[in-house]
Amino acid sequence: MNRDNDKGKVLIYRSLIMALGKFLLLLVIVGRLYYLQVYQADRYKTLADENRISTRLLIPPRGVIYDRNGVEIATNQQNFQALIVAEQTPNVQETLDAFKKIMPLSDVEEEKIKKDLKRNRSFVPIKIKENLTWEEVAKIQLHAADLPGIYIDEGLTRDYPFGESMAHILGYVAAVNETEAKKDDDPLLQVPGFKIGKSGIEKKFEKDLRGKGGSLKLEVNAYGRIMKEIEKTDGVSGKALTLTIDSRLQQKAFELFGEESGAAVLLDVNTGEILAFVSAPSFDPNLMTKGVSSKDWQAWLNDEKHPLTDKAISGQYSPGSTFKVIVALAALESGVIRPETQVYCNGQMTLGNHIFHDWKRGGHGNLNVVEALAHSCDIFFYEMGLKLGIDKIADMARRFGLGSKIDVGLENEKSGLIPDKKWKLNRFGEPWQQGESVISGIGQGYILTTPLQLATMVARIANGGYEVKPTFTKVTDKNAIRKIDVSDKNLQLIKDGMFAVVNIPGSTAYRSHFNYNGQMMSGKTGSTQVRRITMKERQTRVLKQNELPWKYRDHGLFIAYAPQDNPRYAVAVVVEHGGGGSSAAAPIASKLLLETLMLDPVNEKVGQ
Amino acid sequence: MYKPYETTFRNQSLTIREKLASLSFSYLLLITMLAGIGVLMLYSAANGHWQPWAINHLIRFAMGFGLMIFLALIDIRWLMRYAYLFYAGTLLLLIAVDITGHIGMGAQRWINFGFFKLQPSELMKIAMVLVLARYFHTSSLQTIESTKGIIPPLLMALFPAALIILQPDLGTALMLLFTTGAIFFAVGVQLWKFGAVFIAGLVSMPVAWHFLHDYQKNRVLTFLDPERDPLGAGYHIIQSKIALGSGGVFGKGFLKGTQSHLNFLPEKHTDFIFTMLSEEFGMMGAVLVIVLNFLILAYSYSFALKSTSYFGKLVAIGLATNYFMYVFINTAMVLGLIPVVGIPLPLISYGGTVMLSVMASFGIIMSVHINRNVQIGKD
Repeated sequence: MNRDNDKGKVLIYRSLIMALGKFLLLLVIVGRLYYLQVYQADRYKTLADENRISTRLLIPPRGVIYDRNGVEIATNQQNFQALIVAEQTPNVQETLDAFKKIMPLSDVEEEKIKKDLKRNRSFVPIKIKENLTWEEVAKIQLHAADLPGIYIDEGLTRDYPFGESMAHILGYVAAVNETEAKKDDDPLLQVPGFKIGKSGIEKKFEKDLRGKGGSLKLEVNAYGRIMKEIEKTDGVSGKALTLTIDSRLQQKAFELFGEESGAAVLLDVNTGEILAFVSAPSFDPNLMTKGVSSKDWQAWLNDEKHPLTDKAISGQYSPGSTFKVIVALAALESGVIRPETQVYCNGQMTLGNHIFHDWKRGGHGNLNVVEALAHSCDIFFYEMGLKLGIDKIADMARRFGLGSKIDVGLENEKSGLIPDKKWKLNRFGEPWQQGESVISGIGQGYILTTPLQLATMVARIANGGYEVKPTFTKVTDKNAIRKIDVSDKNLQLIKDGMFAVVNIPGSTAYRSHFNYNGQMMSGKTGSTQVRRITMKERQTRVLKQNELPWKYRDHGLFIAYAPQDNPRYAVAVVVEHGGGGSSAAAPIASKLLLETLMLDPVNEKVGQ
Repeated sequence: MYKPYETTFRNQSLTIREKLASLSFSYLLLITMLAGIGVLMLYSAANGHWQPWAINHLIRFAMGFGLMIFLALIDIRWLMRYAYLFYAGTLLLLIAVDITGHIGMGAQRWINFGFFKLQPSELMKIAMVLVLARYFHTSSLQTIESTKGIIPPLLMALFPAALIILQPDLGTALMLLFTTGAIFFAVGVQLWKFGAVFIAGLVSMPVAWHFLHDYQKNRVLTFLDPERDPLGAGYHIIQSKIALGSGGVFGKGFLKGTQSHLNFLPEKHTDFIFTMLSEEFGMMGAVLVIVLNFLILAYSYSFALKSTSYFGKLVAIGLATNYFMYVFINTAMVLGLIPVVGIPLPLISYGGTVMLSVMASFGIIMSVHINRNVQIGKD
């Protein structure tokens, strides 16, 4: 019995130890509960919410861009697409077949739909067809009874109603790339299908135009099905933007180029506001937004007229004779000549052992500065170049906006080039040659300008020497514009010369003159060779422009303003390989300025 | 030795009336409360519907309750007498399950009786306690402490455990072995023998690893590092911890557990029901369940201690330990403390066999309590 008693005691003793063990294990459970539910509760609450809440960003409507008259030039168009939800139709194939009867689907499209259907859960809407027209939408809705599970969804796509003509101003929007997504932490950029400005005004004003994304918080289950809407925060629409462009003039200017390649910039001379800004040929920004095929892209890249390049700011052209206005002004301002000073032109000028030719065989005879401008006499300006020296010419050119970037907010602007002695020494390690000053006198040599700079130059001459700066946005304070330090008298002589260029019979641009209620155009032609005229040609006969292949023809340039007395508008036109300033560029400038005057509200009042 | 009560009650049978009178109502209340919590949670698991789980759970509890009372009222000597027979019968069922499973080329754990599926492995947990209690009741301490003396009970435990592993049901087999180990410990098997088995176990672990099924290996590996496979095997543990943790102190409210109701939490009506409860009722609800279970265990222990027979004591302790295993393994598993093994939370998880097996255990423990003064011989 004693052993039995011990056996019982052992059982009780060991059982109590075991009970203690169990008690401790249950305490471990409680401890663990405390750790997870109190100590780490916040972390797990966040994780549970991340599981449960799916936040969708709502893309705000992009800001509409208007021209100066309130015409929409970049808008958002409703884009309809047809979607199918597999679980809401008894038979997906039958529904698709019914859909095909209304609207044909290509095999590729159908293949993609089926792949998407297979890859996604049955409650996920799958895109069948996008960019539907109103008629197509109406057709689908009419047959809705035969199309269970098919829905029409609407989104917004950017639309440029003026297409090609404004492509180089507005730029375009397209899908976000990786580098852009890295640079910008706006969550909108992560939304599939979101598009941002890639060039032009769309890029410059991206932040304003974009707006702020709204958000939609949805409760989803483990399979991603939406259970309910938790919260909706409305976004902020992009800000509307008004440009100084006049869409009528822009359109007109673009059309005037026709098949030609070139650029034109039309400015309000008193404010610098850009009324038209054309680079031709152009591309359709609507294609960019929808996604360009590689075929189109290649065609654009290989086109010798470079439709993707904005020639108004990144085309650099030798200004040719248009530069003579700067040289003439520099000569008058520095006292090299006086208004009545005459220079005799016999058709050539010799410097050392080099002969410089005038464009006109035999020369122009005796000319003062106004006459020299009117006939674009080269010998006169060779002389001026020689007497002034490059530094004085360069100084005057810079004061009128040449040789540096103007910056209207567009990318890839080139600064052009106004050379001087220091520049040449730095660039080539060689001193400046007198002969180089001579050819600089007629705008040849190293000098390069952009059409935008030329427009700025002529606007500053036209407005009486005010340092206006071209801009796409409205100028509110005209008084802030500085006066350039040149005498009004000298400036008037330049203007007289420019008036003569267009309005005196026999002058270089007489063919392009007009008289609209007494309002006329003043201007200056220019043409620049893109090839050297050989000695052989000089001896026999210089080839006519239309006898040359297109890429060897001269660039035609024309700068102008109107009306002649109290100028309001200035324009610079460059026609690449157009033959000459008077034949190619002046007609475009003339028609554009006439149109501008006719549309000018000041003149409308006159008409009444 | 003189024992005053021995003469009074020796070999005396109690009447049904006397037995009913000595039922512990606190014990019944605790059991009913836990089952009630189970019904509540299953109602929530079905997103606020009685179908398909809550109503069945209630019916099963009612049936289990009847079984429990029936077993509470039987004479404990009867249990002792038929322990071996019960064990042998259960063993045969286990073999039968293994054979049909083998023929059917798949895992099979139950025998289908049409109206209910019997899992012999659950039955074996009770049979094991009874047969070991009888064996040790009749052995002397000397026999227990001798190596020769523990070989028969060891074989009695290892054989069914092996059959269960073959099903394959590692969780239940391990539970059976743990319970057996606990009984061996309780009766006084020397600690060095446990140490020896432990070392042998460690040594044979690489071999055992080799025999594990891939999914079992995965469970262990996933337990060690849940992030290893966050969408696959680790998903359960991660989502369970998120559900528990996000419940906080007071929970998200009845029917408002987001993890559970949005289906992030798998198996929410069976193995992971404790998680769902902790999500909806927070730490308060979870601790309440632990406390109720602790009280059930405490009562069971007090019944064991009050029993005058060695058999009765050991049966109550063994079955209580078995119950404890369920509670601990299930909660520890959903809390990410041990690997996921398919062990439900008794009285709360949905499942017929476990409900009946646990209720039967409570019935037998109560029978020990009612028959606490009944002397049992060594025959």
